[in-house]
Formats: sequence, structure tokens, C-alpha cells
Amino acid sequence: MYYNEMFDGEKVREAYSSLSDWIEKMPVEIRQLKQAEAEALFRRIGITFAVYGEGGDPDRLIPFDMMPRVFTQAEWRRLERGIKQRAKALNAFLRDVYGRGEIVRAGRIPARLVYQNEAYEKAVVGFVPPRGVYSHIIGIDLVRTGRDEFFVLEDNCRTPSGVSYMLENREIMMRMFPELFRGNRIEPVDGYPELLRRTLESVAPAKCEGRPRVVILTPGHFNSAYYEHSFLANLMGVELVEGADLFVEGEFVYMRTTEGPKRVDVIYRRIDDAFIDPLCFRRDSMLGVPGLMDVYRSGGVSICSAPGAGVADDKAIYTFVPEMVRFYLGEEPILKNVDTWTLWKPDDYKYVMDNLGDLVVKEVHGSGGYGMLVGPRSTKKEIEEFRAVIEKNPSNYIAQPTLSLSTCPTFVEEGVAPRHVDLRPFCLCGERIELVPGGLTRVALKEGSLVVNSSQGGGVKDTWVLSE
Amino acid sequence: MLSRTASNLFWLGRHMERAETASRLFEVGARITLLPNTAEGYQNEWESLLRASGSSHRYKQNYPEVTEENMEKFMIFDRDNPSSVASCIHDARESGRIVRTALTSRVWDALNVAWQEMRGIGPGEEDAADLADFVARHASTVHGAIDGTQLRNDGFHFMKLGYALERADSTARVLDVKYFVLLPRVEFIGSGLDSYQWQVILRALSAHRSFHWAYGDDVSASRVAHFLILNGEAPRALITSVNEALWHLDSITRRYGDKVPRSARDRAQALADRLASLDIEYIFDEGLHEFLTDFIQEIGQIANCVQDDYFHGRG
Repeated sequence: MYYNEMFDGEKVREAYSSLSDWIEKMPVEIRQLKQAEAEALFRRIGITFAVYGEGGDPDRLIPFDMMPRVFTQAEWRRLERGIKQRAKALNAFLRDVYGRGEIVRAGRIPARLVYQNEAYEKAVVGFVPPRGVYSHIIGIDLVRTGRDEFFVLEDNCRTPSGVSYMLENREIMMRMFPELFRGNRIEPVDGYPELLRRTLESVAPAKCEGRPRVVILTPGHFNSAYYEHSFLANLMGVELVEGADLFVEGEFVYMRTTEGPKRVDVIYRRIDDAFIDPLCFRRDSMLGVPGLMDVYRSGGVSICSAPGAGVADDKAIYTFVPEMVRFYLGEEPILKNVDTWTLWKPDDYKYVMDNLGDLVVKEVHGSGGYGMLVGPRSTKKEIEEFRAVIEKNPSNYIAQPTLSLSTCPTFVEEGVAPRHVDLRPFCLCGERIELVPGGLTRVALKEGSLVVNSSQGGGVKDTWVLSE
Repeated sequence: MLSRTASNLFWLGRHMERAETASRLFEVGARITLLPNTAEGYQNEWESLLRASGSSHRYKQNYPEVTEENMEKFMIFDRDNPSSVASCIHDARESGRIVRTALTSRVWDALNVAWQEMRGIGPGEEDAADLADFVARHASTVHGAIDGTQLRNDGFHFMKLGYALERADSTARVLDVKYFVLLPRVEFIGSGLDSYQWQVILRALSAHRSFHWAYGDDVSASRVAHFLILNGEAPRALITSVNEALWHLDSITRRYGDKVPRSARDRAQALADRLASLDIEYIFDEGLHEFLTDFIQEIGQIANCVQDDYFHGRG
């Protein structure tokens, strides 16, 4: 059976006790009214998830579920320690593989997986960014299977998105149900933008003079996460720039302003490596800034996350993160990995192919719930089709057991019903490693579905951490 | 301020004003076709509107004949026509979305609601006067939100500069409809038809009452032209619009100091000085149409200077 976050057998868990009353006392009409109100608020504020080129409404709302997901202080503290530990190891790994490569020499990770990885960026080998941080914002996707059982599903070391939902979900909940916040001691998450700004400022390059000027680099308003980019820029009080707003002259990067060029010290980029600098990477890209990489490598500007950070969040590298924790920190990992079979190993390959119907198979570089097979939820035909795809290029796949993801009570048509959830907290790495008490809970709204991605019809919930 | 931000704010202002102009022009057309006795039939009036808005060629590519239904589609709803109301509101909202960080929530809200409601209506559902009211109401809400809530910083001045330059351009175009095309035959001048057409122009600019306050009852060409060109109290007059543009440019140059070029301000100053020195007889003697053509070009030049001074970023 799935672990239900709200119940211990028949009994409501302490953390959810006040919510349980709240659900019971709320008449259906009020709930529907509030739901409509929440949607109107989201649309009005413009918190939308733009999906272009798929037809339909270009400004789609992500379904918002009003039933919060709750963590006790003790649960959270353990998660927090685990996340920080993992973030520290991931950055140590990046420092290492762009430096001496000790972990590879020690035979703990196969050289091929690192140096032939698509995300491995030769252009930054030997360069150490300020404070040795490569990945400054790490989104670690977690699932829960039991009271004390949390598993890391995925690390996102490049440009994890969703933090605006964490903040807006809270904002909307507070506006609609102030009584819930009076009655519960819920830790605030609204320090995030300030924490992010301080993190980014703390990794300014040595050549920076005075207070660092931070900007967010967006691919533009057609990007699905554009709302988030402008939202963060707004809350941090920094400029939101596109590639064409920046230019390189001499040793520095400048932005074009109405008063002439202004120097930029830290770029929080929300564009992929391949688009950062057409002189260095993709020549056909108009999104980036010609010459940016030269300035970066000579210490004239910081790029967050660093180009090449993606080598640490690959699904193939993922299997080695516990190993990184042991190797670099000399500690035991607090958070477990999900058992993973890597299809380039003959034994694993055989096992996976024999048990496709029970496993989840993912593309190594896939994301957003695309290019994956959920065995137990697929038809025979789908499984056989996927098998044929795997056979063409086995090393492109990994497989995991279908996890019994925990469920959380969720408002659905008929009332309240359990739906599977995951969690993405956002860890910030600069001078210090920090995170706010909370994260983005994604919920699979379809009954029985385990896929929580917003591109696959998932929704979001407010995530509470109760203080003592 | 980021050059791109300033540019988007400027265009937000221009597009909102342009949306209003498109609906005003359409209303002028619809009203004039109610007249019984024009010489060439109503096609000529619609033609004149197309010429004044500079979109005659585009219209002919997509619409086989000139009818009121087609004109409504083209001027109000057609997203392939960049000057249609729907396109302008969409573009203004899109500029707003790009610079959300520079807008107050009131302004964004007003823009967003205007866009959403515009998407909710279609051709043939409203008559011309209701459409004009609808657009004017939303335009006022956006404008009011800007005036009421935006910080008086450079962003505000760029937005309002966009409004002012567009308004100067649009009043000149509306006037040109009247003089250049509506009344091609000289014997109509001073006739009842002539006077009716001037009234329609005033109404379309929501200015007929102001005109009567300022000049009394007698609607004549030279009075209306004076009102819409040289009367500094008339809100849509060329001179008023240019002075407003100049005021915003002055505010920007004061703010930015000597290190930033000010070619736009100097050019606007020269235009304002020139308008201040003119009288209406002189304009009529030289030719109203020629004067308006020069004026529209000069506004275009000022807009180009704004681009060079502020939106380029000099890198």
C-alpha cells in the first residue's frame, strides 16, 4: 500500500490534525468558490505556464490544489541536512572533474561517463569559479515511500524551475485562508529571493568593484518559464536581460541601458549551456552573448550555474552521487538513491529487459516526463514498442523500480482523495549552503498516476514546514 | 534602465494609443457612411480611412471589396493587420508582459483585462459606437492606472512619451482623412456636408464638446483646424501632444544628465517652437495636407532619435 502522508492507519497524523478539521468543516460550495477564486488570482497575477506550439491556450494555468502538504520540523531537519550534504558533494564533484579528476582516478566513477558526457564542458576545464561553486541553485527531486523513507529521484544542477510556484502558492494560500496560518505555525518561505540575491552576490568575480551587479538572463518571453524569470528579477530587484541586452567589450560584460553601457558582474542564466555564447557553443544561437565565455574564463563575470554543471545531474551520474558523498565528504549519505539499473552494463540490461513490465525506464538525458516508460501502467504493446527503442541504444537508458510514492489528500471533483506527490526543494550554494523551509510539491492529479510533471498534467500544492 | 525595457514601455504607450486611434477612425468611417449624399458612394470614405492610416495596400491584399463588415474585421479584429485594435492591444499587452518588472500590478491588470476582453468579442457583435466605447474605456483604464500608480521615473516618461508621439501622429492622420480625401472637390468646401464632416471628426476625437466650449457653435474648417493643431488647451491637438512629448523628454534628459545624447529632445524643442510661431491662415495657405505630411514625418524623425538616444545602449 502507498504511504498516506495524512494518516497513520485510521488516525490522522499530528501534523495534519488541524487541516483534517478544516477539510471536514468546509462545505463543497465554499471549496468550489475558493478554487475559482484561486484560479482567478493566478490568472490575474499572470502566473501561467506558457506552452507554445502545442495549440490551445498559450497561457495555461498549472492546476493548483488547495490542500497543503505538511512536514514536521523533525522531518524537515533531516531532509535539509540530506539536501545540503548532497549539494555539497555535487559541487565537490564538479570542482574535481574540471580539475584533477581524483574520483575517476580512484576508480570510483567510470571515466567514460564523465569525460564523454554530453554535458561535460571542455571549455571550462581547469577554471575554478569564485568560491569553487559550479551549481548555485540545485533542485533535488524527492519522493517519500514511508514514514522515514525518502528517496532522491533526480538532481537538477543547471537551471531548476518551479520556485515561483513555491512562493506564489504560499501567497495565494495566505490570501485565501488566513485563518489556517493563524492556527498553524508555518515556517515562511518568502526569504527565498533575498537568499538567492545574497547567494549570487557572494560569488561575484574577483574583478568586481563595489556591490556586485546581478542580472537574470532569460531566453525571452516565449520561454515556458518566463514568468518565473521576471518574477525572480522583480523580487530580487535586479534586471531581467536577454542575450541582446548584453555585450562584451574588453575584459567585461555590459548591459545596454538608456544611460549607456553598465557593467554586469553576476549572471544568473536561465538558458542552456549550448546557447550561452555563439562563439564558443552553438553558432546559430541568438539567445546568448558573443564572447561571454572568454570574459567568464578570465574572471570578469560569474555565470550561475557554471557552464558544464550539467555533468553532475545526468541520470547516469546520478547513480554515483552516494559514492560522491562518501568520497568527498567522508560521510554516509543521509538521503538514499533509488535503485538504478544502467543499461550499458550487460547484467543490468538483461535484468531490465526481462522485467520491463515492473520498471520505470528513463532516457539518460530526458526530462519533463517525456521519453520514459512506466511499466506497470503501460500496455503490452507500449512495452514492446519501448523495448525496440531501447535495443537501438541501450546506453541511453536507465531503469528504476516503480516506487510506491506517498500520497497526500487532494481536492478532486468528488471531494478529497489521495494522490501521489513528490517534492522539489531549492538549495542555494554560495558563500554558504542554505535553503528555505519548503519546496514545490507536485501532485499527479489523475487517479493512480505517478507522473507529476506539469507538462504531463500534474498540479502543485503549498508545502508547509511546521515550526516546533 | 535597460534599453529594451525602455523601448517596450515606449511601445506599450504607442500601441495603446494606436488601438484607440484605430477604433476612432473606424467610428469616423461608420458615421460618415450614414450621410445620404456623398458624391462617390461610401466606398470613397472607407478608402480615405485606409489611406490615412497607411494601410490601403495591406487591406487590398486580403479583402476583395470595401464593405463596412470587412472594414470592421480589418480595423478592429484582424491580427494580420498590425494597426488593428486587436493587434495593438495584443502588442501593448505583450510589451507589458516582457517588462512586467517595470509595471505596477494595476497597470498590468488593466492591460491584461483589456486583452482578455478583446479576445472575447468578435466581428459583427457590437456596433461601431459600442466598439469605440469599449476600446476607449479600456484605453482609459490603462492610462489611468499608469497615471495613478506608476513611479514618476524614467520608465513612466518613456511610456508617456510613446503616448504623446503616437497621439500627435494620430491626430494629424485623422485631420488628413478629412482634408485630403473626404472632400476632394473644392465646391464642397464651406457646404453643409463639409461642416458635417468636421463635426464627425470632432466627435471621433471625443472633442466636440470641448470645441464648443472653446469656440462657440460655429463649426468651420479653420476653427476646427486651429483647435486640433494650434490650441494648446485641446488635449489631442498637435501642439499639445508635441509639448507633452517635449516635457517627458526634458524630464528624461534632466534625469540622465550630460553624458547621454539628447537629439530627440532638441528635435522636439525645434518642432514645438515652430508650431508656436505658426498661425492657421499660414497653414491653409501653404496647404493643410502638405503641412500634415511634413508633421507626420517630423514625428517619425523624433521617434528615430529616441531610438538612437536611449534604446540602442551604445555598445
